[in-house]
Amino acid sequence: MIDLLIIGVVVLVIIIVLLWIITTYNAFVQIEKQVQNSWAQIDVQLKRQADLIPNLVETVKGYAKFEKKVLTDVTKARTAIMSAKTPAQAAKGENMLSGALKSIFAVAESYPKLQASENFKSLQEELSSTANKVAFARQFYNDMVMKWNTLILQFPSNVLANMFGKNKEKESFEASASERKNTKVDFSDLS
Amino acid sequence: MDFYSQITRNKRMTYVLFLIFFILIGFLAYIVSFVIDWYFGAGFIFFYSIFGVLTIIFAIASYYSSDKIVTSISKAKEAPVAKFKQLHNIVEELCVASGLPKPKIFVMDDTAINAFATGRNPEHAVVCVTMGCLTRLNRAQLQGVIAHELSHIKSYDVRTMTIATVLVGITVLLSDMIFRTFFYGSLGGSNSRDSGGLFFAMLGISIILAILTPIIAKMITFTISRKREFSADAAAVQLTRNPEGLATALEVIEKDTEKLEAANKATAHLYISNPLRGQKLLMKSLFSTHPPLKERIQKIRGH
Repeated sequence: MIDLLIIGVVVLVIIIVLLWIITTYNAFVQIEKQVQNSWAQIDVQLKRQADLIPNLVETVKGYAKFEKKVLTDVTKARTAIMSAKTPAQAAKGENMLSGALKSIFAVAESYPKLQASENFKSLQEELSSTANKVAFARQFYNDMVMKWNTLILQFPSNVLANMFGKNKEKESFEASASERKNTKVDFSDLS
Repeated sequence: MDFYSQITRNKRMTYVLFLIFFILIGFLAYIVSFVIDWYFGAGFIFFYSIFGVLTIIFAIASYYSSDKIVTSISKAKEAPVAKFKQLHNIVEELCVASGLPKPKIFVMDDTAINAFATGRNPEHAVVCVTMGCLTRLNRAQLQGVIAHELSHIKSYDVRTMTIATVLVGITVLLSDMIFRTFFYGSLGGSNSRDSGGLFFAMLGISIILAILTPIIAKMITFTISRKREFSADAAAVQLTRNPEGLATALEVIEKDTEKLEAANKATAHLYISNPLRGQKLLMKSLFSTHPPLKERIQKIRGH
Protein backbone atom coordinates (compact mmCIF):
# COMPACT_ATOMS: atom_id res chain seq x y z
CA MET A 1 0.00 0.00 0.00
CA ILE A 2 2.73 2.43 1.02
CA ASP A 3 4.75 1.48 -2.05
CA LEU A 4 1.85 2.43 -4.32
CA LEU A 5 1.53 5.79 -2.60
CA ILE A 6 5.23 6.56 -2.96
CA ILE A 7 5.19 5.59 -6.63
CA GLY A 8 2.14 7.80 -7.15
CA VAL A 9 3.83 10.78 -5.55
CA VAL A 10 7.02 10.28 -7.55
CA VAL A 11 5.07 10.06 -10.82
CA LEU A 12 3.17 13.23 -9.92
CA VAL A 13 6.41 15.10 -9.17
CA ILE A 14 7.94 13.96 -12.46
CA ILE A 15 4.88 15.15 -14.39
CA ILE A 16 4.96 18.54 -12.67
CA VAL A 17 8.67 18.99 -13.42
CA LEU A 18 8.15 17.99 -17.06
CA LEU A 19 5.32 20.47 -17.44
CA TRP A 20 7.50 23.19 -15.97
CA ILE A 21 10.34 22.40 -18.36
CA ILE A 22 7.98 22.51 -21.35
CA THR A 23 6.33 25.80 -20.41
CA THR A 24 9.65 27.47 -19.59
CA TYR A 25 11.26 26.32 -22.84
CA ASN A 26 8.28 27.61 -24.79
CA ALA A 27 8.60 30.91 -22.97
CA PHE A 28 12.24 31.11 -24.14
CA VAL A 29 11.18 30.54 -27.74
CA GLN A 30 8.24 32.95 -27.61
CA ILE A 31 10.11 35.83 -25.97
CA GLU A 32 13.11 35.42 -28.26
CA LYS A 33 10.75 35.72 -31.23
CA GLN A 34 9.20 38.82 -29.68
CA VAL A 35 12.63 40.39 -29.32
CA GLN A 36 13.46 39.69 -32.99
CA ASN A 37 10.08 40.96 -34.22
CA SER A 38 10.24 44.15 -32.20
CA TRP A 39 13.74 44.87 -33.55
CA ALA A 40 12.43 44.57 -37.10
CA GLN A 41 9.49 46.78 -36.19
CA ILE A 42 11.84 49.71 -35.47
CA ASP A 43 13.10 49.56 -39.03
CA VAL A 44 9.55 49.40 -40.39
CA GLN A 45 8.56 52.57 -38.57
CA LEU A 46 11.72 54.38 -39.67
CA LYS A 47 11.01 53.56 -43.31
CA ARG A 48 7.41 54.74 -42.90
CA GLN A 49 8.65 58.02 -41.53
CA ALA A 50 11.04 58.44 -44.44
CA ASP A 51 8.18 57.69 -46.86
CA LEU A 52 6.37 60.86 -45.87
CA ILE A 53 9.21 63.07 -47.04
CA PRO A 54 8.39 63.41 -50.78
CA ASN A 55 4.89 64.57 -49.84
CA LEU A 56 6.32 67.13 -47.45
CA VAL A 57 8.75 68.43 -50.07
CA GLU A 58 5.94 68.83 -52.63
CA THR A 59 3.67 70.70 -50.20
CA VAL A 60 6.41 73.02 -49.11
CA LYS A 61 8.05 73.68 -52.49
CA GLY A 62 5.18 75.93 -53.59
CA TYR A 63 6.15 78.45 -50.96
CA ALA A 64 9.17 79.35 -52.99
CA LYS A 65 11.36 81.19 -50.54
CA PHE A 66 12.56 77.95 -48.93
CA GLU A 67 16.31 77.66 -49.37
CA LYS A 68 17.10 74.79 -51.62
CA LYS A 69 19.52 73.43 -49.07
CA VAL A 70 16.78 72.74 -46.54
CA LEU A 71 14.77 70.68 -49.01
CA THR A 72 17.75 68.74 -50.34
CA ASP A 73 18.92 68.01 -46.78
CA VAL A 74 15.66 66.34 -46.00
CA THR A 75 15.67 64.34 -49.22
CA LYS A 76 19.22 63.20 -48.54
CA ALA A 77 18.16 62.03 -45.09
CA ARG A 78 15.35 60.01 -46.62
CA THR A 79 17.74 58.31 -49.01
CA ALA A 80 20.05 57.50 -46.11
CA ILE A 81 17.24 55.78 -44.22
CA MET A 82 15.89 53.85 -47.20
CA SER A 83 19.30 52.52 -48.21
CA ALA A 84 20.47 51.72 -44.70
CA LYS A 85 21.71 48.15 -44.37
CA THR A 86 22.42 48.10 -40.65
CA PRO A 87 20.47 49.52 -37.70
CA ALA A 88 23.36 51.88 -37.00
CA GLN A 89 23.07 53.36 -40.52
CA ALA A 90 19.30 53.69 -40.16
CA ALA A 91 19.72 55.52 -36.87
CA LYS A 92 22.22 57.90 -38.52
CA GLY A 93 19.72 58.60 -41.30
CA GLU A 94 17.03 59.25 -38.74
CA ASN A 95 19.25 61.79 -37.03
CA MET A 96 19.78 63.65 -40.28
CA LEU A 97 16.01 63.59 -40.78
CA SER A 98 15.24 65.05 -37.35
CA GLY A 99 17.68 67.89 -37.91
CA ALA A 100 16.38 68.66 -41.40
CA LEU A 101 12.75 68.55 -40.29
CA LYS A 102 13.48 70.99 -37.52
CA SER A 103 14.88 73.44 -40.07
CA ILE A 104 11.83 73.08 -42.30
CA PHE A 105 9.38 73.72 -39.47
CA ALA A 106 11.45 76.67 -38.25
CA VAL A 107 11.32 78.29 -41.68
CA ALA A 108 7.61 77.43 -42.08
CA GLU A 109 6.83 79.62 -39.10
CA SER A 110 7.38 82.72 -41.22
CA TYR A 111 4.80 81.52 -43.75
CA PRO A 112 1.38 81.76 -42.02
CA LYS A 113 -0.39 80.70 -45.22
CA LEU A 114 1.62 77.50 -45.32
CA GLN A 115 1.00 76.85 -41.63
CA ALA A 116 -2.74 77.29 -42.12
CA SER A 117 -2.98 74.97 -45.11
CA GLU A 118 -4.77 71.71 -44.35
CA ASN A 119 -2.15 69.74 -46.23
CA PHE A 120 0.65 71.06 -44.09
CA LYS A 121 -1.28 70.55 -40.86
CA SER A 122 -2.08 66.94 -41.63
CA LEU A 123 1.55 66.38 -42.68
CA GLN A 124 2.70 67.73 -39.32
CA GLU A 125 0.39 65.28 -37.56
CA GLU A 126 1.66 62.41 -39.71
CA LEU A 127 5.31 63.25 -39.11
CA SER A 128 4.71 63.67 -35.40
CA SER A 129 2.85 60.38 -35.26
CA THR A 130 5.51 58.39 -37.11
CA ALA A 131 8.23 59.91 -34.93
CA ASN A 132 6.22 58.69 -31.93
CA LYS A 133 5.92 55.25 -33.51
CA VAL A 134 9.67 55.00 -34.00
CA ALA A 135 10.16 55.94 -30.35
CA PHE A 136 7.53 53.47 -29.18
CA ALA A 137 8.99 50.72 -31.37
CA ARG A 138 12.32 51.23 -29.61
CA GLN A 139 10.57 51.27 -26.25
CA PHE A 140 8.77 48.02 -27.04
CA TYR A 141 12.04 46.42 -28.16
CA ASN A 142 13.67 47.45 -24.89
CA ASP A 143 10.70 46.05 -22.95
CA MET A 144 11.07 42.70 -24.74
CA VAL A 145 14.82 42.68 -24.07
CA MET A 146 14.15 43.29 -20.39
CA LYS A 147 11.61 40.45 -20.37
CA TRP A 148 14.20 38.13 -21.94
CA ASN A 149 17.06 39.11 -19.67
CA THR A 150 14.85 38.75 -16.60
CA LEU A 151 13.69 35.30 -17.67
CA ILE A 152 17.17 33.90 -18.29
CA LEU A 153 18.62 35.36 -15.12
CA GLN A 154 15.87 34.62 -12.59
CA PHE A 155 15.80 31.39 -10.62
CA PRO A 156 14.66 28.71 -11.46
CA SER A 157 14.38 29.44 -15.18
CA ASN A 158 18.08 30.33 -15.35
CA VAL A 159 18.90 26.69 -14.68
CA LEU A 160 17.04 25.66 -17.82
CA ALA A 161 18.48 28.62 -19.71
CA ASN A 162 21.99 27.41 -19.09
CA MET A 163 21.03 23.83 -19.98
CA PHE A 164 19.49 24.79 -23.31
CA GLY A 165 22.19 27.29 -24.14
CA LYS A 166 19.68 30.16 -24.16
CA ASN A 167 21.59 32.20 -21.67
CA LYS A 168 22.94 35.16 -23.64
CA GLU A 169 21.74 38.50 -22.44
CA LYS A 170 20.51 40.80 -25.16
CA GLU A 171 21.40 44.45 -25.56
CA SER A 172 18.79 47.09 -25.19
CA PHE A 173 18.60 49.95 -27.67
CA GLU A 174 20.46 52.92 -26.32
CA ALA A 175 21.03 56.17 -28.06
CA SER A 176 24.71 56.59 -28.76
CA ALA A 177 26.50 59.46 -27.08
CA SER A 178 26.55 61.57 -30.24
CA GLU A 179 22.85 60.95 -30.84
CA ARG A 180 22.10 62.17 -27.34
CA LYS A 181 23.91 65.41 -28.06
CA ASN A 182 21.78 66.14 -31.14
CA THR A 183 18.58 67.88 -30.17
CA LYS A 184 15.50 65.82 -30.91
CA VAL A 185 12.64 67.43 -32.76
CA ASP A 186 9.89 68.29 -30.29
CA PHE A 187 6.44 68.09 -31.87
CA SER A 188 4.32 68.41 -28.72
CA ASP A 189 3.77 72.13 -29.05
CA LEU A 190 2.52 71.75 -32.60
CA SER A 191 -0.50 69.57 -31.74
CA MET B 1 5.77 52.22 -5.86
CA ASP B 2 6.82 51.90 -9.50
CA PHE B 3 4.28 50.85 -12.07
CA TYR B 4 5.65 47.34 -12.64
CA SER B 5 5.10 46.37 -8.99
CA GLN B 6 1.74 48.16 -8.93
CA ILE B 7 0.53 45.97 -11.79
CA THR B 8 1.81 42.76 -10.14
CA ARG B 9 0.21 43.72 -6.83
CA ASN B 10 -3.16 44.37 -8.42
CA LYS B 11 -3.06 41.11 -10.38
CA ARG B 12 -2.28 39.25 -7.18
CA MET B 13 -5.17 40.96 -5.37
CA THR B 14 -7.51 39.86 -8.17
CA TYR B 15 -6.48 36.20 -7.72
CA VAL B 16 -6.98 36.47 -3.95
CA LEU B 17 -10.43 37.94 -4.44
CA PHE B 18 -11.40 35.17 -6.86
CA LEU B 19 -10.18 32.62 -4.33
CA ILE B 20 -12.40 34.16 -1.65
CA PHE B 21 -15.26 34.03 -4.15
CA PHE B 22 -14.81 30.30 -4.76
CA ILE B 23 -14.57 29.56 -1.05
CA LEU B 24 -17.78 31.51 -0.53
CA ILE B 25 -19.55 29.54 -3.23
CA GLY B 26 -18.21 26.27 -1.88
CA PHE B 27 -19.51 27.15 1.57
CA LEU B 28 -22.90 28.11 0.18
CA ALA B 29 -23.11 24.90 -1.86
CA TYR B 30 -22.42 22.92 1.32
CA ILE B 31 -25.24 24.70 3.15
CA VAL B 32 -27.52 24.09 0.19
CA SER B 33 -26.87 20.39 0.11
CA PHE B 34 -27.44 20.23 3.88
CA VAL B 35 -30.76 22.02 3.48
CA ILE B 36 -31.88 19.94 0.50
CA ASP B 37 -31.22 16.84 2.51
CA TRP B 38 -33.82 17.94 5.08
CA TYR B 39 -36.67 18.51 2.67
CA PHE B 40 -36.40 17.39 -0.90
CA GLY B 41 -35.08 14.74 -3.17
CA ALA B 42 -32.75 15.10 -6.12
CA GLY B 43 -35.45 16.39 -8.47
CA PHE B 44 -35.22 19.84 -6.93
CA ILE B 45 -31.51 20.11 -7.72
CA PHE B 46 -32.17 19.09 -11.33
CA PHE B 47 -34.58 22.00 -11.74
CA TYR B 48 -32.07 24.54 -10.49
CA SER B 49 -29.22 23.03 -12.49
CA ILE B 50 -31.13 23.94 -15.64
CA PHE B 51 -31.16 27.56 -14.51
CA GLY B 52 -27.48 27.38 -13.65
CA VAL B 53 -26.61 26.07 -17.10
CA LEU B 54 -28.76 28.75 -18.74
CA THR B 55 -26.94 31.45 -16.76
CA ILE B 56 -23.56 30.14 -17.90
CA ILE B 57 -24.69 29.85 -21.54
CA PHE B 58 -26.01 33.40 -21.42
CA ALA B 59 -22.78 34.68 -19.88
CA ILE B 60 -20.65 32.90 -22.52
CA ALA B 61 -22.82 34.23 -25.35
CA SER B 62 -22.61 37.80 -24.11
CA TYR B 63 -18.85 37.39 -23.58
CA TYR B 64 -18.35 36.34 -27.19
CA SER B 65 -20.40 39.16 -28.64
CA SER B 66 -19.49 41.70 -25.98
CA ASP B 67 -18.04 44.05 -28.55
CA LYS B 68 -21.26 44.18 -30.58
CA ILE B 69 -23.61 44.31 -27.61
CA VAL B 70 -21.81 47.11 -25.80
CA THR B 71 -21.36 49.32 -28.84
CA SER B 72 -25.03 49.07 -29.77
CA ILE B 73 -26.14 49.86 -26.21
CA SER B 74 -23.89 52.90 -26.15
CA LYS B 75 -24.98 54.13 -29.58
CA ALA B 76 -21.42 54.17 -30.81
CA LYS B 77 -20.43 54.38 -34.45
CA GLU B 78 -17.25 53.18 -36.10
CA ALA B 79 -14.80 56.07 -36.63
CA PRO B 80 -13.64 56.37 -40.26
CA VAL B 81 -9.92 57.03 -40.70
CA ALA B 82 -10.37 60.08 -42.91
CA LYS B 83 -12.38 62.00 -40.34
CA PHE B 84 -10.54 60.82 -37.24
CA LYS B 85 -6.91 60.60 -38.36
CA GLN B 86 -5.36 61.81 -35.12
CA LEU B 87 -7.41 59.34 -33.06
CA HIS B 88 -6.33 56.48 -35.32
CA ASN B 89 -2.72 57.67 -35.14
CA ILE B 90 -2.75 57.72 -31.34
CA VAL B 91 -4.24 54.22 -31.20
CA GLU B 92 -1.68 52.93 -33.72
CA GLU B 93 1.20 54.48 -31.78
CA LEU B 94 0.12 52.77 -28.58
CA CYS B 95 -0.34 49.48 -30.40
CA VAL B 96 3.31 49.70 -31.45
CA ALA B 97 4.25 50.45 -27.83
CA SER B 98 2.24 47.54 -26.43
CA GLY B 99 2.54 44.94 -29.20
CA LEU B 100 -1.26 44.71 -29.42
CA PRO B 101 -3.10 44.35 -32.73
CA LYS B 102 -5.05 47.44 -33.71
CA PRO B 103 -8.60 47.32 -32.26
CA LYS B 104 -11.75 48.64 -33.93
CA ILE B 105 -12.25 52.31 -33.10
CA PHE B 106 -15.69 53.71 -32.28
CA VAL B 107 -16.91 57.18 -31.40
CA MET B 108 -19.90 58.18 -29.24
CA ASP B 109 -21.70 61.39 -30.08
CA ASP B 110 -21.68 62.79 -26.53
CA THR B 111 -20.02 65.91 -25.15
CA ALA B 112 -19.09 64.24 -21.86
CA ILE B 113 -15.47 63.03 -21.57
CA ASN B 114 -15.33 59.26 -21.30
CA ALA B 115 -14.03 56.15 -23.04
CA PHE B 116 -14.34 52.39 -22.80
CA ALA B 117 -12.80 49.23 -24.18
CA THR B 118 -14.44 45.86 -24.68
CA GLY B 119 -13.96 42.54 -26.45
CA ARG B 120 -12.99 39.09 -25.19
CA ASN B 121 -9.36 39.19 -26.38
CA PRO B 122 -6.98 41.60 -28.16
CA GLU B 123 -7.90 40.17 -31.57
CA HIS B 124 -11.57 41.05 -31.11
CA ALA B 125 -11.24 44.30 -29.25
CA VAL B 126 -13.06 47.62 -29.53
CA VAL B 127 -12.03 51.00 -28.16
CA CYS B 128 -14.66 53.74 -27.95
CA VAL B 129 -14.27 57.43 -27.06
CA THR B 130 -16.77 60.26 -26.78
CA MET B 131 -16.67 63.34 -28.97
CA GLY B 132 -16.00 65.16 -25.72
CA CYS B 133 -12.65 63.37 -25.48
CA LEU B 134 -11.65 64.49 -28.95
CA THR B 135 -12.60 68.13 -28.51
CA ARG B 136 -11.69 68.75 -24.87
CA LEU B 137 -8.51 66.75 -24.29
CA ASN B 138 -5.12 67.58 -25.82
CA ARG B 139 -3.02 64.99 -27.60
CA ALA B 140 -1.04 63.88 -24.53
CA GLN B 141 -4.21 63.51 -22.43
CA LEU B 142 -6.03 61.59 -25.16
CA GLN B 143 -2.97 59.35 -25.45
CA GLY B 144 -3.16 58.64 -21.71
CA VAL B 145 -6.85 57.74 -21.90
CA ILE B 146 -6.36 55.41 -24.89
CA ALA B 147 -3.36 53.80 -23.17
CA HIS B 148 -5.60 53.08 -20.17
CA GLU B 149 -8.22 51.45 -22.38
CA LEU B 150 -5.66 49.37 -24.29
CA SER B 151 -4.28 48.17 -20.96
CA HIS B 152 -7.73 46.84 -20.07
CA ILE B 153 -7.67 44.86 -23.32
CA LYS B 154 -4.15 43.59 -22.74
CA SER B 155 -5.03 42.32 -19.24
CA TYR B 156 -8.13 40.50 -20.49
CA ASP B 157 -10.20 42.51 -18.01
CA VAL B 158 -13.44 41.94 -19.88
CA ARG B 159 -12.95 38.21 -19.42
CA THR B 160 -12.17 38.66 -15.72
CA MET B 161 -15.27 40.74 -15.09
CA THR B 162 -17.47 38.31 -17.05
CA ILE B 163 -16.26 35.44 -14.90
CA ALA B 164 -16.89 37.53 -11.79
CA THR B 165 -20.42 38.29 -12.99
CA VAL B 166 -21.12 34.60 -13.59
CA LEU B 167 -19.87 33.80 -10.09
CA VAL B 168 -22.23 36.41 -8.65
CA GLY B 169 -25.04 34.78 -10.61
CA ILE B 170 -24.20 31.39 -9.15
CA THR B 171 -24.11 32.69 -5.57
CA VAL B 172 -27.45 34.41 -6.07
CA LEU B 173 -28.86 31.15 -7.46
CA LEU B 174 -27.58 29.12 -4.52
CA SER B 175 -28.86 31.63 -1.98
CA ASP B 176 -32.20 31.59 -3.70
CA MET B 177 -32.32 27.80 -3.41
CA ILE B 178 -31.84 28.05 0.33
CA PHE B 179 -34.55 30.65 0.68
CA ARG B 180 -37.15 28.77 -1.31
CA THR B 181 -36.36 25.49 0.35
CA PHE B 182 -37.04 26.88 3.78
CA PHE B 183 -40.09 28.75 2.59
CA TYR B 184 -41.78 25.73 1.06
CA GLY B 185 -40.38 23.43 3.68
CA SER B 186 -41.84 25.34 6.60
CA LEU B 187 -45.19 25.47 4.81
CA GLY B 188 -45.45 21.75 4.19
CA GLY B 189 -44.02 20.56 7.48
CA SER B 190 -40.63 18.97 7.61
CA ASN B 191 -39.80 15.28 7.59
CA SER B 192 -36.52 16.02 9.27
CA ARG B 193 -35.08 13.33 11.43
CA ASP B 194 -34.18 15.47 14.39
CA SER B 195 -35.84 18.80 15.12
CA GLY B 196 -35.03 21.02 17.98
CA GLY B 197 -32.23 23.43 18.77
CA LEU B 198 -29.75 22.39 16.07
CA PHE B 199 -32.36 22.61 13.36
CA PHE B 200 -33.41 26.14 14.24
CA ALA B 201 -29.79 27.24 14.57
CA MET B 202 -29.00 25.93 11.08
CA LEU B 203 -32.21 27.51 9.81
CA GLY B 204 -31.20 30.90 11.20
CA ILE B 205 -27.65 30.70 9.84
CA SER B 206 -28.82 29.58 6.41
CA ILE B 207 -31.25 32.44 6.07
CA ILE B 208 -28.73 35.05 7.18
CA LEU B 209 -26.17 33.62 4.73
CA ALA B 210 -28.76 33.55 1.97
CA ILE B 211 -29.31 37.27 2.41
CA LEU B 212 -25.69 38.26 2.94
CA THR B 213 -23.81 36.25 0.33
CA PRO B 214 -25.22 37.94 -2.79
CA ILE B 215 -24.28 41.27 -1.23
CA ILE B 216 -20.79 40.04 -0.35
CA ALA B 217 -20.44 38.57 -3.84
CA LYS B 218 -21.32 41.90 -5.42
CA MET B 219 -18.86 43.69 -3.13
CA ILE B 220 -16.10 41.30 -4.21
CA THR B 221 -16.90 41.99 -7.86
CA PHE B 222 -16.73 45.74 -7.31
CA THR B 223 -13.44 45.41 -5.43
CA ILE B 224 -11.99 43.42 -8.34
CA SER B 225 -13.20 46.12 -10.71
CA ARG B 226 -11.50 48.87 -8.68
CA LYS B 227 -8.21 46.96 -8.50
CA ARG B 228 -8.34 46.52 -12.26
CA GLU B 229 -8.81 50.25 -12.71
CA PHE B 230 -5.64 51.00 -10.72
CA SER B 231 -3.87 48.31 -12.71
CA ALA B 232 -4.94 49.85 -16.01
CA ASP B 233 -3.75 53.29 -14.86
CA ALA B 234 -0.33 51.87 -13.96
CA ALA B 235 -0.05 49.97 -17.25
CA ALA B 236 -1.06 53.09 -19.19
CA VAL B 237 1.79 55.06 -17.64
CA GLN B 238 4.15 52.19 -18.42
CA LEU B 239 3.11 52.46 -22.07
CA THR B 240 3.31 56.20 -22.52
CA ARG B 241 6.14 56.87 -20.02
CA ASN B 242 4.23 60.11 -19.46
CA PRO B 243 2.28 60.12 -16.16
CA GLU B 244 1.14 63.72 -16.59
CA GLY B 245 -0.84 62.88 -19.73
CA LEU B 246 -3.24 60.54 -17.95
CA ALA B 247 -3.10 62.47 -14.65
CA THR B 248 -4.15 65.76 -16.26
CA ALA B 249 -6.80 63.94 -18.32
CA LEU B 250 -8.32 62.58 -15.10
CA GLU B 251 -8.16 66.08 -13.64
CA VAL B 252 -10.12 67.44 -16.60
CA ILE B 253 -12.65 64.60 -16.16
CA GLU B 254 -12.92 65.39 -12.45
CA LYS B 255 -13.95 68.96 -13.21
CA ASP B 256 -16.41 67.84 -15.86
CA THR B 257 -19.99 67.86 -14.62
CA GLU B 258 -21.64 66.59 -17.78
CA LYS B 259 -23.58 63.35 -17.59
CA LEU B 260 -22.85 60.61 -20.06
CA GLU B 261 -26.31 59.89 -21.44
CA ALA B 262 -25.84 56.41 -22.81
CA ALA B 263 -24.37 54.88 -19.64
CA ASN B 264 -26.27 52.78 -17.11
CA LYS B 265 -25.45 50.40 -14.26
CA ALA B 266 -24.81 47.52 -16.64
CA THR B 267 -22.06 49.23 -18.62
CA ALA B 268 -20.68 51.58 -15.96
CA HIS B 269 -17.71 49.38 -15.07
CA LEU B 270 -16.29 49.53 -18.59
CA TYR B 271 -15.74 53.30 -18.70
CA ILE B 272 -12.55 55.09 -17.74
CA SER B 273 -14.37 57.18 -15.15
CA ASN B 274 -17.52 56.20 -13.35
CA PRO B 275 -20.33 57.69 -15.45
CA LEU B 276 -22.74 57.28 -12.55
CA ARG B 277 -20.72 59.27 -10.05
CA GLY B 278 -23.13 62.17 -9.89
CA GLN B 279 -25.96 59.94 -8.77
CA LYS B 280 -26.71 59.03 -5.20
CA LEU B 281 -25.41 55.53 -4.58
CA LEU B 282 -25.76 53.58 -1.36
CA MET B 283 -22.43 52.94 0.40
CA LYS B 284 -20.71 54.63 -2.48
CA SER B 285 -17.15 53.50 -2.05
CA LEU B 286 -17.75 49.79 -1.48
CA PHE B 287 -20.19 49.46 -4.35
CA SER B 288 -18.35 51.68 -6.79
CA THR B 289 -16.87 50.21 -9.95
CA HIS B 290 -14.11 52.84 -9.98
CA PRO B 291 -11.78 54.15 -7.30
CA PRO B 292 -12.07 57.86 -6.46
CA LEU B 293 -10.45 60.08 -9.09
CA LYS B 294 -8.27 61.91 -6.54
CA GLU B 295 -6.76 58.63 -5.38
CA ARG B 296 -6.11 57.52 -8.95
CA ILE B 297 -4.39 60.81 -9.80
CA GLN B 298 -2.19 60.55 -6.68
CA LYS B 299 -1.15 56.99 -7.50
CA ILE B 300 -0.29 57.92 -11.08
CA ARG B 301 1.95 60.71 -9.86
CA GLY B 302 3.63 58.24 -7.51
CA HIS B 303 2.49 59.65 -4.18
